Amino acid sequence: MDFNYTPEQQQFKDALRRFIDKDYTFEHRNKIVHSDKGVSDDAWATLTELGMTALPIPEEQGGFNGSAVDMLVVMQELGRGLVVEPYFATVVGAQFLKLAGGQEALLEQVAGGELKLAAALGEKQARHDLSDVSTTAKANGEGYVINGTKTIVIHGGQADKIIVSARTSGEQRGTNGISLFVVPADAAGVSIRDYRTLDCLRAADISFDNVQVPTSALLGKEGAGWDILDAAADYGATLLCAEAVGAMDALNAATLEYLKTRQQFGVPIGKFQVLQHRMAEMFMQAEQARSMATLAAVKVASADATERRRTVSAAKARVGQAMKYVGQQAVQLHGGMGVTNELPSAHHFKRLTMIELTLGDTDHHLARFAAQPGFKDAA
Amino acid sequence: MDLNYTAEDLAFRDTVRAFLDANLPKDLQHKVLNHKRLSKEDYVRWHKIVAKQGWVGTGWPVEYGGTGWTAVQRHIWEEECARAGTPAILPFGVNMVAPVIMAYGNEAQKRHYLPRILNCDDWWCQGYSEPGSGSDLASLKTRAERQGDYYIVNGQKTWTTLGQHADMIFCLVRTDPNARKQEGISFLLIDMKTPGITVRPIIMLDEEHEVNEVFFDNVKVPVANLIGEENKGWTYAKYLLGHERTNIAAVGRAKRELQFLKRVANKQQKNGKPLLDDPLFAAKVASLEIEIMALEMTVLRVLSQEGAKRGPGPEASMLKVKGTEVQQWLTELMVEAAGPYAMPFDPAYLEGEHEHSITGDDDAAPLAGYYFNFRKTSIYGGSNEIQKNIISQMILGL
Repeated sequence: MDFNYTPEQQQFKDALRRFIDKDYTFEHRNKIVHSDKGVSDDAWATLTELGMTALPIPEEQGGFNGSAVDMLVVMQELGRGLVVEPYFATVVGAQFLKLAGGQEALLEQVAGGELKLAAALGEKQARHDLSDVSTTAKANGEGYVINGTKTIVIHGGQADKIIVSARTSGEQRGTNGISLFVVPADAAGVSIRDYRTLDCLRAADISFDNVQVPTSALLGKEGAGWDILDAAADYGATLLCAEAVGAMDALNAATLEYLKTRQQFGVPIGKFQVLQHRMAEMFMQAEQARSMATLAAVKVASADATERRRTVSAAKARVGQAMKYVGQQAVQLHGGMGVTNELPSAHHFKRLTMIELTLGDTDHHLARFAAQPGFKDAA
Repeated sequence: MDLNYTAEDLAFRDTVRAFLDANLPKDLQHKVLNHKRLSKEDYVRWHKIVAKQGWVGTGWPVEYGGTGWTAVQRHIWEEECARAGTPAILPFGVNMVAPVIMAYGNEAQKRHYLPRILNCDDWWCQGYSEPGSGSDLASLKTRAERQGDYYIVNGQKTWTTLGQHADMIFCLVRTDPNARKQEGISFLLIDMKTPGITVRPIIMLDEEHEVNEVFFDNVKVPVANLIGEENKGWTYAKYLLGHERTNIAAVGRAKRELQFLKRVANKQQKNGKPLLDDPLFAAKVASLEIEIMALEMTVLRVLSQEGAKRGPGPEASMLKVKGTEVQQWLTELMVEAAGPYAMPFDPAYLEGEHEHSITGDDDAAPLAGYYFNFRKTSIYGGSNEIQKNIISQMILGL
């Protein structure tokens, strides 16, 4: 058993941290966030140079064939550094392409940093249920015509191409009959309403009005997209768990520093036992979350889908509980400063809160965990 | 990163399983798996079976008859024992006093006591806590005055677990009342048959006799029973506490008890269906199961950092807090699962005097007692509040 990072993983981590500490400071990030685009082309270019876009892509397409464990390292650093670039959206999109197969040309562009992706999965009525799909795709002579609206598509407005789940058959809330398509963001009939989220990322609502795509836009087999969707969403949830661990580390470090410096009643407030115990619990919550994020990163590649679902849901639920505790207590321990928008900590808290709402919240994953075969079996 | 056991570890696990299959008596296993009460004979019997195999001293150096196992091997052994449902190897001799004797005892003490501990020839108990000295252990008052070749001991110890069976007690006693409170303490080994010792039972919430008060009234203890130097006992006590927390997370047992919880929740009905089909209850069980998964990973992460080194550092405090929270949560949900059938108190069933409980499900009968018993876990071994002090001071630097 070995929990250590490889030298390569350590190098990625160090390079990314150097970049963030030097060129992606909190002040710089704030400028990016409040720019029109909300993301930075320069930062994207650097992420590409550092090999981050190539990391999860297969070697045949110019990548490093990095595993989810490799991505654990990267996502923790992005979480720590509050990076708002469309990296997560792009690599999750790439995971759809990898799982579907036959998308080598696009994967090559992702590796080279030339292609940004987003996955348009959610709908107004669907909440966290990704199989609740009312968007339709109807086959015609030239391919498919897509109609429907997707909501809260993370970095949907910054993507060059969008992965869309649409129904080619079946009931609205069924896993059969879902198909996946790659649609250019500038295709006729696609309208994108881009907005900022409270954690300073970007999301979009995207409407598809008689959008004609060729047959080659179909990912995998018609009507059989669910397995890919489910697996890619699990991959995304795993990355979010890692990002959350990085954000919690940063929050805990900042809070600890504050407890050691902020003076009240003539002593640093960290001398008060009630605050020490709160901090100790925050530390333990983050460690339990780290354990589960690590386990998910290892198991998300499992060929056994039940084991994958079970572990990823366990991780997302446990990390969800941890990040709520750590986030809320960090604010409380920072006192008045904690409720201002001025500290990086405030933004870590906000990011954690949004991660909870992305790709299934704690309750959703608890229910999914309990629904896996074997849960009710007892000795 | 590789979260799999090595081939050597897996082979070791097979060896352990084969041993347990062949040697764990079915009647003992039945008692443990069904939360029935264990007698002194039950503990001794199992201890001697393991001793014959040479596997009692799992954390001991080979030179003293230990196994020399790695931290991962010890973890596997503990997990497999928990899975199979063995009685515990009681820690007072093997894990508490023995390391102190090895580190600070003289040759005669090592030669005499260590083999007897391995073989369970002496039943040991712990004389640390006093009515006025719990978390602030160094404030202890039990006096030992030297008179020639003897110490005369006067005072009282408490929370002495299974002391009613004990042949020997290891005690912290005050030998210099004028020194700073940590500096006047000595570490004494006392024969429980010495005149002047009285053991009084304390009956706990589950109405079981598990702990005792021990009174010392002019008890004559040979100076030869002093460990190390006079007035240096606090150093040895701290060393002991570093060893006490091994396996305190008890993940193996938690995994077994989770299965038991599900068994109860499958048998109990709600709205005409198994309780485990109820989404509210299922969510609670799911949360607990996930916490056990996380705890297991955290334990393995700590173990892998520790390597073959003996005793984890302040991270052990985290394992103690989270481990006991899991144990208490388990027993809480067990009672909830049993519902009204957790209410009857049926000691005859618990003692194995009749085969089935008075009413309801046999599985449900012991659970309220189990719940009440486990409230101790966040208090003993350094309360969870003390563990949080350790984390905040030793790990976080507050």
